[in-house]
Amino acid sequence: MDSVKFLLTGDTSVSVEFGNEISTAINAKIRAFNIALQGSGIKGIVETVPSYRALMVHYDPAVIRYEKLVEQMQGLMGDLDKIEIPPSDVLEIPVLYGGEEGPDLEFVAKHNNKTPEEVIKIHSSTEYLIYMLGFTPGFTYLGGMSKEIATPRLQSPRVKIPGGSVGIAGEQTGVYPIDSPGGWQLIGLTPVKMYDPNRAVPILPEAGQYIKFRPIDRKEFERIQKQVEAGAYECRRYPKKEEQK
Amino acid sequence: MSIRILNGGMLTTVQDNGRIGYQQFGVPVSGAMDQQAAAIANILVGNEDNEAVLEVTMLGPRIEFQEANCIAVTGGDLTPQLNGKSLPMNRAVAVQKGQVLSFAAPRSGCRAYIAFAGGLEIPQVMGSRSTYLKAKIGGLEGRKLDKEDVLTFRAPVAQLPNMEKRAVADAETFTKPDVTLRVVLGPQDDAFTEAGIKTFLGETYAVTVQSDRMGCRLDGPVIEHVKDGNIISDGISFGAIQVPSEGKPIIMVADRQTVGGYTKIATVISADHSKAAQIKAGDKIRFVQVGITEAQDLYLDRKAYLRALREALSHAYDPSAGPAKQPPRPQKYACLPR
Repeated sequence: MDSVKFLLTGDTSVSVEFGNEISTAINAKIRAFNIALQGSGIKGIVETVPSYRALMVHYDPAVIRYEKLVEQMQGLMGDLDKIEIPPSDVLEIPVLYGGEEGPDLEFVAKHNNKTPEEVIKIHSSTEYLIYMLGFTPGFTYLGGMSKEIATPRLQSPRVKIPGGSVGIAGEQTGVYPIDSPGGWQLIGLTPVKMYDPNRAVPILPEAGQYIKFRPIDRKEFERIQKQVEAGAYECRRYPKKEEQK
Repeated sequence: MSIRILNGGMLTTVQDNGRIGYQQFGVPVSGAMDQQAAAIANILVGNEDNEAVLEVTMLGPRIEFQEANCIAVTGGDLTPQLNGKSLPMNRAVAVQKGQVLSFAAPRSGCRAYIAFAGGLEIPQVMGSRSTYLKAKIGGLEGRKLDKEDVLTFRAPVAQLPNMEKRAVADAETFTKPDVTLRVVLGPQDDAFTEAGIKTFLGETYAVTVQSDRMGCRLDGPVIEHVKDGNIISDGISFGAIQVPSEGKPIIMVADRQTVGGYTKIATVISADHSKAAQIKAGDKIRFVQVGITEAQDLYLDRKAYLRALREALSHAYDPSAGPAKQPPRPQKYACLPR
């Protein structure tokens, strides 16, 4: 853990940086450290914000000063490998692929010399790591998409993309949480609201978890949509299988 | 019905101390740009520091009171008036049903705060009443106030004890167009050349019109990167000074995105967040480096100031305690002279 850096981000937060690349190993360390920190009983921590390579720790200097906090966090680093980290959850997101809901599916297929069915199969067979959330409330930065379905962004962005749209941009994939403009290739739509400010849990995905897309047909889409509207739908969650260290 | 908006002004929104705990989900903090001014307004009318207030930008609204209450206006001097007569700032004032609060012309600073005793009846969204315009959440329907909007007082009071003592004599003013902001370097100061850091700390930057609640864009000499202005995205704090590849700094403020991919050379210290919140187009900015220990000492001074103010006013409730004492303003709290 010699490579960990404590970077000043003002006088009420510090960025704990675990490396300088996008990697699952670094992200796993961030998750482990976040869990260790929450369980550490260190007082004065206000909130933590994971990103690709760092955990930003907001704190109240009236409770704990910078030097003391860094010293205590350094103390946690040695034990990171020892503490029990529960496996990450996989969040299953049902998606209606193609058609009106995924107007660019055909293009993505053609661009990669595949059939639309092959694209769906590839896209829905991966458990994507949520590196972080940002850009807009509930937007996930996912890692792990197959290069076989990578497709450049649209030449000209759409003015309005409906919330719930599932898209591809280069080697990235993700879900638009709210209606917004954007240039991603849209391959499907989920009836699930990734973000609903007035729900008890406003945002479903969490950094460090995984997302898996499950293809559904129109009938199931409509059924889930009704349940979502009634506040009665819950996404399936299951623990990620392989040990990720 | 408690207040009716006759004219929304340029940008008047409901704000409190922001959404805490949701940055990990990509939700910006929002909240009052000038937290200190908002807290003082609240304390003057007997509220908790983080009660929702109205944030008024440059050209203020016209507000009709449909119910008596006590209010306080703080922050930048946007010439508040009650029924057309000058309304003293930084002081609790009793307002009557039918009176109209308006603002004439901005005199100093950029943002004023109106606190209402007992607070406003605004539902919380993710733990906060702050308006975040981009996602249309918080405040009144997630938007700025407009003509004919009506807001309701939660627990209005016609009079507060010791009204005459509910005042701050030495509130920060924002009269100078030359502003010095103290910074701690980092998190990506190592992405800049020595010359770049020297430029940043030595030159003067002008505030451009492209400044809002998300970021304050500055213009001036280019700050030289070692390579370029891009990084793998990481968190952004209030006051972070982002320098993209073009080399011009942007001070990130209340509605900033939670993560971003540009190098951040330094961060404005908490004690100068008010000044950063009150700068406006045309102002000239200089940055001065301080260490983390000094920055946190200054942070504690400001906390102590608010605590002492509240204490002084709560003593004012008790007639046997004698006259309320104004807390001495910490010396370091004063604006740095240029």
